Amino acid sequence: MQMKDNILVAIFAAVILTMPIWAGAVGAGYPDLLQKFAIFGLFAIGFNILFGFTGYLSFGHAAFLGVGSYTAMWSFKLLSMNALPAVILATLLSGIFAAAIGFVALRRSGIYFSILTLAFAQMCYNLAYSVLTPVTMGETGLTLAADDPRIFGGAGVEAGGALPSPDFFGLSLSGYNGFYFAAIILVIGFYISVRLYRSSFGLMLLAVKSNQNRMNYTGLNTKPYLLSAFVISGMYAGLAGALMVVIDPLAGAERMQWTASGEVVLMTILGGVGTLLGPFIGAVTIKYFENIFSAFNDAVLNQIFDFLPDFIQVIWVPFASLFVGKGWHLTLGVLFMLVVIFLPGGAMEGFRLLKEKLFKKNEDAAETAKAGGTE
Amino acid sequence: MEAVFLQLLNGLDKGGAYALIALGLTLIFGTLGVVNFAHGATFMIGSFCAVTLQKLLTMSQKVRDESVTFFEAYKEVPYLEIWFGDTGRALIDWTVPLALLFSIPIMLAFGYIMERGLIQRFYKRTHAEQILVTFGLAIVLQELVKAYFGANPIPTPAPDIVSGSAHVGAWLGMSDAIVYPWWRLIYFLFAAILIGGVFAFLNMTTFGMVVRAGMADRETVGLIGIDIDKKFTIVFGIAAVVTGLAGVMYTPVLPPDYHIGMEFLVLSFVVVVVGGMGSLRGAVAAGFLLGILQSFASMTEVKSILPGIDQIIIYLVAVVILLVRPRGLMGREGVMED
Repeated sequence: MQMKDNILVAIFAAVILTMPIWAGAVGAGYPDLLQKFAIFGLFAIGFNILFGFTGYLSFGHAAFLGVGSYTAMWSFKLLSMNALPAVILATLLSGIFAAAIGFVALRRSGIYFSILTLAFAQMCYNLAYSVLTPVTMGETGLTLAADDPRIFGGAGVEAGGALPSPDFFGLSLSGYNGFYFAAIILVIGFYISVRLYRSSFGLMLLAVKSNQNRMNYTGLNTKPYLLSAFVISGMYAGLAGALMVVIDPLAGAERMQWTASGEVVLMTILGGVGTLLGPFIGAVTIKYFENIFSAFNDAVLNQIFDFLPDFIQVIWVPFASLFVGKGWHLTLGVLFMLVVIFLPGGAMEGFRLLKEKLFKKNEDAAETAKAGGTE
Repeated sequence: MEAVFLQLLNGLDKGGAYALIALGLTLIFGTLGVVNFAHGATFMIGSFCAVTLQKLLTMSQKVRDESVTFFEAYKEVPYLEIWFGDTGRALIDWTVPLALLFSIPIMLAFGYIMERGLIQRFYKRTHAEQILVTFGLAIVLQELVKAYFGANPIPTPAPDIVSGSAHVGAWLGMSDAIVYPWWRLIYFLFAAILIGGVFAFLNMTTFGMVVRAGMADRETVGLIGIDIDKKFTIVFGIAAVVTGLAGVMYTPVLPPDYHIGMEFLVLSFVVVVVGGMGSLRGAVAAGFLLGILQSFASMTEVKSILPGIDQIIIYLVAVVILLVRPRGLMGREGVMED
């Protein structure tokens, strides 16, 4: 762990924790949205530990997210409304789950691994919808109820018959408190991922990514390393799932669908696979634009493009409205394709290229200045 | 016995759909080595060819309804009916079969553009990147369809003449209780014919011979002086047509919405993997096998022993096959095997 990394984590923590202060300036100053940033950021950072470090593309991480959500929900229902046991239990259980699935799926690599994880996730999703209805409440989703037996929970129903909401040793977790709770966990998660990246374990994972055969030939058994990475990233997903129900106590099976796994892949790629900050940036970008773009409608667009001549505006606004509001996924798809085609390293590579270009320009300018001076 | 027979029939038409989609996918995945996550979207585009044709044929005009005499009432009458009378009505009734013809050039162009425009740049990239870019493409296609056709399923009925059920049981001397929708029977026959057609094309024409040679050893075929890339572009187009036709024919079974492809995507990959990478026969066999297995798993007798088995049977089979025999049922040794 170098000084540089400590500074990185410190800056990261500072930026995240001051978000409520400055996020309003960019139109993101709602606790809901900030909570989403933190939760999906955590999810993507965890996903990156598997995909970014080892190169194993899992298409089934939504299953762990779902397991985490359901576990946290049951902890609320059976134990108490305190968020701490919910989060810990969810992380542990999704870790066990990931160990079981990973043990089987990691027997294959490449595209077969992706399909195996996809198959497992689909099984979980289908079962959550059908046979496991007593546990998951199927389509309606798992919610709190007035008659939940909370063993350590004290009051089951608050005055006025309202359902209790999650707390942290008495501190209510609604609004910005919920954000801080998620944000602190996010910072810890980020710190762990930096530590992993710099550790010998992390180097081993990177070695597996660059050439697994060579690692095998040197007599190393890569399986335990891969399985650990899989379990760790599954635990991150479970943790993110638990945070989702801490913020909003409702767990539905649709969050286990494979397109949800696809979303975290999009986030990771968009930000930059294998980089430390990239996945978080990707998650924030997607959630931010989702929020901004979804709010647009034709009236807003007409207002924005009012400066255009009428006959252009008449053609342009319906076209632009394809990409915003409900059609925001179209923007996401196009953006994503462009990134994969032209910038496979994601936003982080974009930053690096930009930096290089700027520096090079400065150097060039300096050199020409020097050359001019000697003449 | 009769219940088993009925499940077998149910499995055959489901299997026919799986086999057709998997056949298209394996032409792309197994031979070009491209992991095409936009394959489900191809299926969706096919079924929306039928929807588009239906919209075109039923373009209508408001005409005064003569049967209402108390006040001025108007009804929508399709232009075709106004111009051609009964012939026009018959045309509208036969939308889905007509859409088969209508969709072939569209799907061929779709496949061609997709391969030339996007996929060919990704032959040399990693599988992960292929998955990602095609996944992005699938999202884009879905959203475009959603923007034009809305999010609700659009019913596209089969012709009236085949809307009832066939008394399959009576034909075979079994109980009259075994009835089976005509359209599903037709779907199965259609799938069988189309699969036979693709095999005949690949096995009996010179073009097919070159393509098969290219599947076996792309480099050598290239060295002989054959422009194998061009042939593979056409194969991609054919794969799109097969998948698209499967989509057109499926519309009366399940009214298509923009999301229909995603449901079939995972399934089709599973079928291809079970059948064996690069094996066309394997894909077809696995399609029927999985279809039949799935319909047997949804029998109440089976479900009472193993609850929920009908939901996961396909994935379970895939997991077992991948672990025990990674090259699939009929895959050749060494083809895309890690």
